Amino acid sequence: MFNLLLLGALFVFAVAIALFLYRVCKGPSIPDRIIAMDAIGVSLIAMMAILSILLKTDAFFEVILLFGILSFIGTVSFAKFIERGVLVDYDRNR
Amino acid sequence: MKVNNVILQTVTKVATYIILTFAIYLFLAGHHNPGGGFIGGLVIASAVALLVLVYDVKTLKAVFPFDFKILAAVGVLIAVVTGMGSFVFGKPFLSQSFGYFNLPIFGETELATAVIFDVGVALAVLGTALSIIFTISEDISLWKH
Repeated sequence: MFNLLLLGALFVFAVAIALFLYRVCKGPSIPDRIIAMDAIGVSLIAMMAILSILLKTDAFFEVILLFGILSFIGTVSFAKFIERGVLVDYDRNR
Repeated sequence: MKVNNVILQTVTKVATYIILTFAIYLFLAGHHNPGGGFIGGLVIASAVALLVLVYDVKTLKAVFPFDFKILAAVGVLIAVVTGMGSFVFGKPFLSQSFGYFNLPIFGETELATAVIFDVGVALAVLGTALSIIFTISEDISLWKH
């Protein structure tokens, strides 16, 4: 029963990622696409957590942490790019 | 133009410590588990990339006042010299050995010579990634200073 619940949650997350991919490709504006990509990252982290419950292993925990870090940095850089237009500036007080 | 991004800077001050701690964990886990010098160096480079995104190149150059190309070269030198150290004992290139020692806090710990090689790999990866990041972040306003 519990395994069936976890498999159902995996299926729901897969459908959600497909819909997010539709939003990334079709999205009318740039912030829509960025938020959809951040949501894809969160959904992938959730899928990895469910998978590590299903397989009864703790081998994916480092992958989850690393993916969270990379998704955070990617979202921060995209947000800075659409707000400032430049990614890395030489002197921020200038 | 002075912008107000105090939330992002405050989050970065905490998150950088977490990322660097995770990098050290990945570096030390590399002997038996997934991890090692390569992704340890890459995670440190991602922490520095987050810092250079939120702050600026001038601050990062003041914090790390050395050339990252020289850092990569020193890493490769450490790795090669560690590999050649096995010639002293008449063993093939890159042979490693390990032993069990009683350390004061950790108790009985396995120490391996492959960790020194991993330090070289981590320094090489860190120097390469950071020199790429700092090179592509240079713009035309840098030449005026």
